[in-house]
Amino acid sequence: MSTLTDPPKDSFRLSMLINDTRYRSLTFQALAFLALALSFMYLGNNLIANLRAAGLNINFGFLTDTAGYDISQKLVEYSNQDSHSRAAFVGLLNTILVAVLACVTATVFGVIAGVLRLSNNWLVSKLMAFYVEIFRNIPVLIWIIIIFTIMTAVMPAPRAFRGDNATATMVFDAFAFTNRGIYTPLPWFANGIFESQALNWLLVLVVACGSWFAARRVNVWATAKQEATGERPNTLPMLLGIWLAPFLILMLIMGLTWEYPALKGFNFQGGIKIGGPLIALWFALSIYTGAFIAENVRAGIQAVSKGQTEAAAALGLRPSKVMNLVVLPQALRIIIPPLISQYLNITKNSSLAIAVGYADITATLGGITLNQTGRAIECVLLLMAFYLTASLLISLVMNVYNASVKLKER
Amino acid sequence: MSDLAIEREIDRTKMSVSDEVAIQITGMNKWYGQFHVLRDINLTVNRGERIVIAGPSGSGKSTMIRCLNALEEHQEGQIIVDGTELTSDLKNIDKIRSEVGMCFQHFNLFPHLTILENCTLAPIWVRKMPKKEAEDLAMHFLEKVKIPDQANKYPGMLSGGQQQRVAIARSLCMKPRIMLFDEPTSALDPEMIKEVLDTMIELAEEGMTMLCVTHEMGFARQVANRVIFMADGQIVEQNEPEEFFNNPQSDRTKQFLSQILGH
Ligand SMILES: Nc1ncnc2c1ncn2[C@@H]1O[C@H](COP(=O)(O)OP(=O)(O)OP(=O)(O)O)[C@@H](O)[C@H]1O
Ligand SMILES: [Mg+2]
Repeated sequence: MSTLTDPPKDSFRLSMLINDTRYRSLTFQALAFLALALSFMYLGNNLIANLRAAGLNINFGFLTDTAGYDISQKLVEYSNQDSHSRAAFVGLLNTILVAVLACVTATVFGVIAGVLRLSNNWLVSKLMAFYVEIFRNIPVLIWIIIIFTIMTAVMPAPRAFRGDNATATMVFDAFAFTNRGIYTPLPWFANGIFESQALNWLLVLVVACGSWFAARRVNVWATAKQEATGERPNTLPMLLGIWLAPFLILMLIMGLTWEYPALKGFNFQGGIKIGGPLIALWFALSIYTGAFIAENVRAGIQAVSKGQTEAAAALGLRPSKVMNLVVLPQALRIIIPPLISQYLNITKNSSLAIAVGYADITATLGGITLNQTGRAIECVLLLMAFYLTASLLISLVMNVYNASVKLKER
Repeated sequence: MSDLAIEREIDRTKMSVSDEVAIQITGMNKWYGQFHVLRDINLTVNRGERIVIAGPSGSGKSTMIRCLNALEEHQEGQIIVDGTELTSDLKNIDKIRSEVGMCFQHFNLFPHLTILENCTLAPIWVRKMPKKEAEDLAMHFLEKVKIPDQANKYPGMLSGGQQQRVAIARSLCMKPRIMLFDEPTSALDPEMIKEVLDTMIELAEEGMTMLCVTHEMGFARQVANRVIFMADGQIVEQNEPEEFFNNPQSDRTKQFLSQILGH
């Protein structure tokens, strides 16, 4: 009588597309995709038709035209005779510069403030709470402008450093804090291995990577040793040697020298100039986003239950071991996903550079170039492509990192 | 709370109590701010003794046993564990913690580590044991609590009873001389209670000094050699299990027993 117990053979009916859980979600996804594709086709057609009607066309030829404007903060050679694409490239590097700097310092501020907010010291924890609430509740644009205004109003002008009775002096004869920015010594190689300074710095980077690999090997060795004997060898002297020795030797060989900034005419020449706009933007993005990161860090640590710490302590583990072996591995999993969006926020918020005249990609390509050439659609398309690519890259890198610390099984 | 949980014959002859003192508490007092949680606690536990601590909720049972391994700080009085006085001296705290094992109501296994890693963590980082040796030790105790086949799983994949047995094995890996249990079975279903109690009985039969906060009166009757009744932060009464259950002295004890045995 097996026919009776067999499940009924279901014949496909059209209504099952809506009512059957097996097909329902597929149906809706197909419909949504169709609607999306149609609306994009409509918008695209509309755009092209309207452009044609207005006698316009999409053409990126303007990028090779002479830009004709100056940029004061730049990482690569640039003059106003260079092309618009070169100007855009300078802006792109500036965006990356401020974003990277701000991500690093915001993380440092955030981790310190987040951990200290959990401190048992009443004053310290209240101070950190105050920092978080003040900074994350005022728009970042306001912070950028406040910091920039304070800098330009409070710092002395370069000419104050001049003359016999100068009102301002350089710190250690090397650093000048002015209302135009901070001037610091520039390191360079007198007898570098390569002709170009950039290649020499690349060499330094390669050596640093080598040290990093060697340091990892030392850690692997220490772990193996610990697994075999129980005692973890003290690797600190070895790690110091691995990091410092090659670096110092390289610096000695290549003849590291410092070019100091000096007052020439109305302004400082030589050295590195960190312009006021960059400082204001960098600092504002760091403290503002740092306040958000502090909250993520605090939430992550607090999410690890007290029972975990107690169980580890009851086993005889010291507080630092409890933190490293039990709390942090669990907290990181909670901290990293929101950290990704904070890094994305920094990158996108860096476009507020335009408020203080920092020449990032929005200010160059999306600002002056757009206004001079009138090629609004092309410029905006390029800007969108850049920010999208940058954001997706950050997401990708952070997601890979996140996957590497993720909880395997629950 | 029934005697049914324990089915097998318990060999009390092996559970010898020596004259040596394992834990000595004298005149201990503890406050949470203004709140006086523990009032003048005096207690001596000999090596090999199994003590069950009972009492109504909020009476300070957990607080008292948590003072024994410095998870809580006491403000007055003296606690000597295994010959070491519990002071604010970190050295003493380390020494006591590595000799006193503890199991919690909610197991508190480390979710990011496998069962085996949960067990080897402390031997490796506190006892400085080679990994291989620590793993052998862990497998030995996992076999003892009858879950060697789960060694490479993560805690979240195990049942409550299995998790609590892992927690016991994890403590045992530190070769403790004293075990503290804080309601080890109150988060478990009846079937799992039995497997955890069985593990604890085995420990008792091996002569482990045990202090156990529990409402399992069957366990108390058959395994404990003393039941301590606490109320309002004080030790109200203590006696051998038979006497304690059949002939309670104070009204507070009678009331408590009628509540938990009566229902
Ligand atoms: N961290 C704390 N701060 C303030 N009061 C606390 C704290 N921990 C516990 N208490 C209080 O101390 C008293 C004793 O708590 P304890 O946890 O020791 O009770 P217990 O006997 O274990 O109760 P239960 O059977 O519910 O576990 C309770 O009244 C509790 O509210
Ligand atoms: Mg309790």
